[in-house]
Amino acid sequence: MPHVLLIEDDASVRDGMELVLRRHGYDVDTAATGEEALALLDGERGTKVELAVLDLMLPGMDGFEVCRRIRTRTTTLPVIMLTARGDDQDIVNGLEAGADDYVVKPVTAPVLEARIRAALRRAEPSPQTAGAPLDQGGGLRIDRAGLTVTKNGTPVPLPPTELRLLLELSASPGRVFNREQLLASVWDHTFLGDSRLVDAAVGRLRAKLEDVPAKPRYVQTVRGFGYRFGPL
Amino acid sequence: MHLLGGLRTRLVVAFVLVALVSAVTSTALAYRESRTAVLQRAQDSFQRDFLERVNTVAPNVDMPPDVQSLAAFATRVSDGLGGAPLVVARYQDLKATSDSLADDSRITPALRTAVATKDRTSFQRVLHGDEPYLVVGTPVTYENKQTSGLEVYATTSLRPEQDDTTGVLDAVRGGIAPVVLLAALLALLAARTVLRPVRELGRATRRLAEGDLDSRVTVRGGDELADLARDFNHTADELRTSVSELREQDARSRRFVADVSHELRTPLAAMTMVATVLDEDADQLPPDAAQAARTVSAETARLSRLVDDLMEMSRFDSGAAALNASEIDLGETVRASLALRGWTDAVRLELPEGVRTAADRRRVDVIVANLVGNALRHGAPPVSVTVGAEWDGVTVTVTDAGPGLPPEVLPHVFERFYKADASRTRSSKTDTGGSGLGTAIALENARLHGGTVEVSNRTDGVTGAVFTLRLPHRHHEEHHEEHHEEEPAG
Repeated sequence: MPHVLLIEDDASVRDGMELVLRRHGYDVDTAATGEEALALLDGERGTKVELAVLDLMLPGMDGFEVCRRIRTRTTTLPVIMLTARGDDQDIVNGLEAGADDYVVKPVTAPVLEARIRAALRRAEPSPQTAGAPLDQGGGLRIDRAGLTVTKNGTPVPLPPTELRLLLELSASPGRVFNREQLLASVWDHTFLGDSRLVDAAVGRLRAKLEDVPAKPRYVQTVRGFGYRFGPL
Repeated sequence: MHLLGGLRTRLVVAFVLVALVSAVTSTALAYRESRTAVLQRAQDSFQRDFLERVNTVAPNVDMPPDVQSLAAFATRVSDGLGGAPLVVARYQDLKATSDSLADDSRITPALRTAVATKDRTSFQRVLHGDEPYLVVGTPVTYENKQTSGLEVYATTSLRPEQDDTTGVLDAVRGGIAPVVLLAALLALLAARTVLRPVRELGRATRRLAEGDLDSRVTVRGGDELADLARDFNHTADELRTSVSELREQDARSRRFVADVSHELRTPLAAMTMVATVLDEDADQLPPDAAQAARTVSAETARLSRLVDDLMEMSRFDSGAAALNASEIDLGETVRASLALRGWTDAVRLELPEGVRTAADRRRVDVIVANLVGNALRHGAPPVSVTVGAEWDGVTVTVTDAGPGLPPEVLPHVFERFYKADASRTRSSKTDTGGSGLGTAIALENARLHGGTVEVSNRTDGVTGAVFTLRLPHRHHEEHHEEHHEEEPAG
């Protein structure tokens, strides 16, 4: 019974989503504003929430700010944002605020569910993380079994999508992955996904791992092709 | 710009002509006057001296004279005159000259006739071998006014006088060149005072034509050109006002469409979300309700597509559409687009490997889906999709074997909500149809890449329509990590 928090100001949309998700076996909490959602997450029920679906257009605190605050409270909660406009700038800003994925309203129930499932899968501890803990020079240490990352001995908490991305890239150091491959393997996108998801996640990952994010050592860009881990 | 027939040339020519005409006219008049005056004076003084001399010498001539006395008379008259001119004396048939070697043909019969008939002093100017001469003749009369039959003629050269008047002419001729130059200079100055404002006006007009609605000219003085400048500024003001009003209206209506679509989204989002419930539970409903439920679900999906397309169109209209380009393999992208929609088996593919370009994968997907969807909906199988590379870009060609498009429809294919359904029939009743914006959106997406979508009918002997997407080879811009967005091209 995955537990989902819906943050949406329009009652009909909220009720509709709640109805559909309940029918398909989800536990659902709802909030009409960002403030309400954050209060709920701070409360007792908040610990049970496994995923947030967040509308960007909210009265009061906007969705971007809500997303940033969720990220400061809990690194592991996947956030799927709902963009009413589907405007490119909105999507980019939402991804920068730390959202793991986005859907554009109006969205059909099957699409929303598929995205929720994919995000939840990313958040689950992966059972097959083979390979020794990666401990390269440069102070980055990736514990593939314990799913933890430390930098110079300090733990670096990573949201699920960024962690998956890092594990995927670092499993084959030096190998170049193009954006489509990463969308398929990390995001589970079987459709033509948006490569900006990858770029945004890489950006967020670099901000946390790299000494100089503008001159990355771990997650490097291969112009015209994609990304690779290292070589260090 | 206008070397010939320009205002400046015309002004210069006019000025120079005026200067020339006035110079030549005044010169001619002055020349005539001075020449007449000089000649008159020479004539008068020569005539006076001559008559005086004749009156002095004549009383000493014995009448009737013989050749000797006649010659002596002529010589004495000549000697008393400055420059010893040739003097000829005649008495009936006798003729004597002061200088027997001189040619006396200068004394023309006409003059002699005049002297004889008019019986008074006459004179004539003759040219004798390029030399101008004055010839004076007079009958010698007695005190009692009786003619003596004696006639005396004298010739004198007019060369000094001619030289004098020629000098005048030369002076004028020398003076004409500076006058003409001065006139030309004045003309240029006048032209400049006219041309500068005209040129400024021209420049301002061109700027206005290029769309700079703030193009104005400075008004100088109060002449007709200043009036014209004022009129121009006024016109530009009016133009700016009406254009900005139009733009305002246009922006308002575009905003309205965007707002309306946006407002439609929220109820649609709720409807779309719960539509699956209707589909899932339709089987347990009574037949009529079941049909109604399925219709509501299907039409909700259609409405949702329409609003999506309206929003997309609004984004293009407002310039908010951004290109998110990356290096893509076109064949692979087309294959994925078709697979995603389950069209792979319905279409013949010709997708060579390695046709790569920098493009927005999502937008290419939208274009391909639109063109193939159209061909499947309105055309007839076989529908084929071909990817190709040309020197200046890449192409995706979608061909069907339907009836093709009537020539009057071809120019309107990419217009919004233009439905050629009358000619391209819907293939089935379950087809929910497009929004009417599909081709327009496909074209806008192509233009964002600096490309285009073209339509024509097949020319290979089979009926059917051919849609071709052309994308230019783009220089690939790697995304910056801070999600710098490329400016929309075009």
